[in-house]
Order: sequence, then C-alpha cells, then structure tokens
Amino acid sequence: VSLLFDPNFRWVLIGSMLLGTGAGILGCFAFLRRRALIGDALAHATLPGVCLAFLVTGSKHPLVLLVGAGITGWLGVRAVESIVRHSRIKEDAALALTLSVFFGAGIVLLTRIQKSGSAAQAGLDKFLFGQAASLVSSDVWLLGGVTLVLIAAVVLAFKEFKLVAFDPSFASTIGWPVGAIEALLSMLTVLAVTVGLQLVGVVLMAAMLVTPASAARYWTDRLGVMVWLAGLFGAIAGAAGAVVSVVAPRMPTGPWTVVAASALFVVSLLAAPRRGIIMRAVRRHATRRRTADENILKTLYKLGEEQGGDWNQAHSLAALAARRHVQGHEVRSTATRLGLAGWVTSDRGGLRLTVAGLARARRIVRLHRLWEVYLTERLHLAADHVHEDAENIEHVLTPELEAELELALARPAVDPHRKRIPYDTDVPSRTVEPA
Amino acid sequence: MTPALWIILTGALAASSCALVGCFLVLRRMSMLGDAISHAVLPGIAIAFLISNSRAPLPMLAGAATLGVVTAVIVEWLHRSGRLQQDASIGVTFTWLFAVGVILITAFAGQVDLDQECVLYGEIAYVPWDTWLLASGQSLGPRAVWILGAALAFNVAWIALAYKELKVCAFDPELAASLGIPVAAFHYALMAATSITTVTAFESVGAILVVAMIVGPAATAYLLTERLSRMLLLAVGIGVLSSVLGYLLAHALDGSIAGAMSVVIGLMFALALLASPSHGILVRRWRLRRLAEDRGLPPELASEAGS
Repeated sequence: VSLLFDPNFRWVLIGSMLLGTGAGILGCFAFLRRRALIGDALAHATLPGVCLAFLVTGSKHPLVLLVGAGITGWLGVRAVESIVRHSRIKEDAALALTLSVFFGAGIVLLTRIQKSGSAAQAGLDKFLFGQAASLVSSDVWLLGGVTLVLIAAVVLAFKEFKLVAFDPSFASTIGWPVGAIEALLSMLTVLAVTVGLQLVGVVLMAAMLVTPASAARYWTDRLGVMVWLAGLFGAIAGAAGAVVSVVAPRMPTGPWTVVAASALFVVSLLAAPRRGIIMRAVRRHATRRRTADENILKTLYKLGEEQGGDWNQAHSLAALAARRHVQGHEVRSTATRLGLAGWVTSDRGGLRLTVAGLARARRIVRLHRLWEVYLTERLHLAADHVHEDAENIEHVLTPELEAELELALARPAVDPHRKRIPYDTDVPSRTVEPA
Repeated sequence: MTPALWIILTGALAASSCALVGCFLVLRRMSMLGDAISHAVLPGIAIAFLISNSRAPLPMLAGAATLGVVTAVIVEWLHRSGRLQQDASIGVTFTWLFAVGVILITAFAGQVDLDQECVLYGEIAYVPWDTWLLASGQSLGPRAVWILGAALAFNVAWIALAYKELKVCAFDPELAASLGIPVAAFHYALMAATSITTVTAFESVGAILVVAMIVGPAATAYLLTERLSRMLLLAVGIGVLSSVLGYLLAHALDGSIAGAMSVVIGLMFALALLASPSHGILVRRWRLRRLAEDRGLPPELASEAGS
C-alpha cells in the first residue's frame, strides 16, 4: 500500500498502464487482419534502430531512440511485405527471416556499443526485456502523450479501421483509400510497439499486441467492446509489470507483463460466457443430453404408433436400446432423467410416456416429418435422402419455425414415407392419466 | 586448431543442422512455428538445468524436445478447441513460454548457468574454451562441436531414412495421407527434430538467431532451385558460408559473432531475392525487358509487367 504513495512508482505505474492500453488497442486491428505475428517482426526490427540512433547521436534521450526504433521497425514491416509480394517466399518465412536478421543486426550493434565501453551505453540493454522502473516522469509524459495520440487516432478513425480490418475489398469498392488507411494503421502499430519497448522489451513486445486482443475476442463479437477490453487487459498487464519492476528490480519487466497478459488470456479462454471453452462444453453437453432425451421420447412414440396408436403400453429398456442401436446403460441414464422430469413413468418394468411426454414426443415426430416434407417438396431431395437431416434438425427447430413450416406446407397430412404427421389439434390419443 | 577455426566450425555445424530442418519448415509454411519452438524450448532448458543441476546434454535435450512438442500441441489445441486463429495461437503460446523461461533463468540465476545474453545471442565466442576433457585429462576439443556434430548426424540420418515420406508430406500432405503415410506423426516428429536442433544450437547462437539459421538458408535455397535434394544441399552450403563470412564480419565490426552470422544470412537472402537466376526480381525484370525488345514492344510496358 505504501508503494502507491511513492511518487516514483506512480509514474512507472501510469506509464506502464498507458503503454499496455495503447498496444492492446492497436493489437485488435492486427489480430483481425490476421497479422498478429507482424508485430513480432516489427518489435525485433526496432533493436537496430535503437542502437543506430544511439551510435549516431550519442544521446539516450527516449525521443531519439524512439525515432530510430520507429524507422527500422517500419523498414522491417516493409521488408516482410515486399518479400511476400515479389517472390515465392511465403509470409511465414518472410516474417521469421526478417525478425531474426534485423535482431541479429541489432545484437551486432549492441555488442559493439557495449565493447566500446562508453559509459552512456548502460540502459540500452533494457530495451531487450524491458525495465519499467527506469521510467522517469519526463519519459512518462512523452510515452503517455504518444499513447494518447494513438488512442485518439483510433477513436477518430474507428469506422475506417473497422471496415479495413473486416472487409478491405468492400472498402476499396466503395472508393476508400484502403492503402492509405492500412498504412496509417501500420504506422500507429509501429508507434505503439516503439513506445512499449521500454516496458516490455523488443523480444516480447509482440505479446502485448496479440495476447490482450486474443483474450478480448473471447468476450465479445463487437469490435467497439473488444478494443476497450483489450486496452483494459493491456493496462492490467502493464500495471502487473510495473509492480514487479519496483518490488523486484533485478527482474526484467517484460516477461512478467507478458505472463500477466497470458493469465488474463487463459481466464478468458476458459471462462468467457459465450466463446469460452467451459461454457461451450457445458452447452454441448446440454445439447447432447436433450438430443438423447428426445430420441427416447420419439422412439416411445413410434413404438406406440406401430401398435395402432396405443401409448398405454410400456416398453422395456432393452427394446428401446435395440431400437436406437445404443448401449443399455445409456438408455438407462437417459430414462432416469426423463422419469425424474416427469416425461415418462415406469410401468411393469418398462417405460411409458406421460401426458406431457406424449405431447413432447409428438412434437419431435411432427418436426421430423414436416422437415422431410419440406426437403422433398421444396428442395426436391429424394425421399430416401431426407431422414438423416431431419434426425438432426428435429432437436433444434423453434416453435416459430415450426409454425412457418406448417403454414408454408399447408399442414400436410403425411410425410414422404406416407407416415401420418401428428398435430396437437388431433384428437388426443389417450385421455386418462394413469395413476 | 585456432580458436577462430573452432568458432567457425561450431557456426557451420549449427547452421547446417538448422538448415536441414529449416527446408522442411519453409516448404510446409511453418517457419513461425519453428520460431515459436526456438523460443519455447527455453523453459524446458531452464527446468532441465534446475532438475539435473548441470549442463549435461541429455536432460537438456529431453527438456527441450518435450517443450517443443508441447508448444506444437498447445498451438494446435488453441486453434482447434479454443477456436483461436493460427497466427494468434502461435503468438500467444511462444511469448508466454519464453517469458516463463526468462523469469526462471533470472529467478534462479545462482543455480542456472545461463544468463539473458546467452539466451538471446549465445556464447559462440567462448566455445573454444569449453572443452570436453577425458578422465585422463586429455582434451577432445570444444564440447559444442561434439554436440552440434551429433545433432547434424542425427538430422542427416533421419532425413535420409524418411526422405521419400518427408518429401510427400512437404509438398502434398493430402496425397501423403491418402498413401497411408502418418502425416500427423511426421508433423510432430519434425517439431521434435526442430526442438532438438534448436536446443543444440541454442548455447552457441541463442534463441532468436537460431531462427535466422533455420529459415534463412532454406528460404535462400528455395529461391535458387526446384529440387528438394538440391535445396537441402544448397541450404547447408549457404549455412556454412554464412558462418565463415559472419565470423569475418564480426571481427571487422567488433560485435557479436552470432549476430553477424545472421546478418550475413540476411544479406545472402537479399542477394538471391534480387539476382537468383530463376526467381530473382532483377533477373525476371531484365528477362521481361529483353522479351519485350525481341517482340518490338516499348520497354516501359515490360517494366510495368515486371513490377
């Protein structure tokens, strides 16, 4: 807590959070344009720029180093693009080659600077893995200012960036200067990476573009929400890096920032309500259960139908299993569930539909047969090709679609296999609920 | 042998071994997965160090190979089950693993005989002095040369053994599958070989420059030939050449040797990109212009078609 009142720490914290926000926001567009790894090449390509700027000017002022970093970073991105455009080398190799060769050049320069023994060089190696604690208030003003410009640019040009990210060919069809918008976006990304270097370092800066955006994608389908969420995740990761940097000064900040962002990613991957793995598994499980339930109800209905419309007879689990071609224990667990929910009742060692169960079973059979009529009449499929499709769709058709089907097909009496389609307005087949 | 020759030999062995694996990665468009693995082996190496408390090659190889395959599995799992696009799933996975590796190395700096510089650009300059001593005290030469030589022999052996299958998998995975070749098994075998190659080269050239050695010579060779066998040989040749020239460049600039080797690799690629007899940009342009002159077309037309 006392940390929070340390003015130095506050600067580091604010700076780190701003940098994380900027990278997170710009990362969303790189992510959606499927260029997440360009950030990696770009970040590595900034190293020779930092070193050259220092060699040429002899100054360690952040602005000087940022200009150098921005120039070679931009060259790196251009190198990837022109290799892909002008040769048969694919993007993956162009990226890997560019990032390692630029980085190698940076390392040569860095080791040269180190060997030359100039006292001012100490600190350049902070650009490798980041050291947030070295931020001072003037740095924060500069970096924070740049980040605010970035955020403002994204807010102002949001519509343009959005369309170019999702559908560049449509954008150029309606006459937008797609090339210019893409160039602006790339330039802003270069800027975001460049100012993030002091926090995260060239080696791991790519993560600040990719990871928050990937995490945010799990929570929403709307770009507006995703952008702010990614910014927030980036800010949280930046704050974590800042804390570590001050608490454990020996530790480089970058890896901890990345680990924090990755933790947010893992939480999103698992727990996001719609796209998260856990909720998707839960929903898949529920669907599988409902399908199994409805298949048993449907089978009971058909067995009754075959006995001339007598649904008072009970049927053994073995008979149901044989009819559905499934294992006995699966039928048993489904039957238990159906019994507890009141859709079936046990009777003389077998199963029988209750009134509610009969109505639900009738609906499934009705949907199945209506769909078969629809496929044969409207899509002109052969009658022996429609069963499999109906087997799946019967579990997902909504009451609204059911009503539309009935209306469109004018309530057909029989399906393509000449089986009667049961409607709820038919005379109930059984009026007495058994005790 | 003089130290300089040992260093050049080490670089040449590392580059050859990387180039062989790299050809298949480049052809299968998985260079970035190679990049990811070369970063992701770091926590494996660090953990192997912590457990075995030594630089013994076997635990390191085991740790790195495991992490390499784990990386490939996580990338695939995030893509399939996590529904994350491929580039993002690579980006998220390797940065996280590399970050954990750097943290482990920094946190256990006292116990792990590795530092951040070594991770980034290796210690090839110290290779000649880290020799393998027999119990009798006789020196067998630098340890790294033996390890890299073994890795190169391993790569040559498995590529020679599975050459036909690897070739089909590289160019037409669907055909390979229909011929009954276990494509997935070959995929993970390639990943394991990439990890082993990476980790043996790691001490000498570091995690990032090893990527230059993997992708650079292979991509350069890809611009020079249409045959896999020639591509492999050319890539090895380019790797060896870049080791020699890189050493000289480093000497001239007084900078990192491994870094200079990757700069040379980049320069050779740029040369092939411009002047390859079959695929070079300038050569293609020149040929178009001559074609246009032969047909009596204005040269501007040709330069437009060539760009």
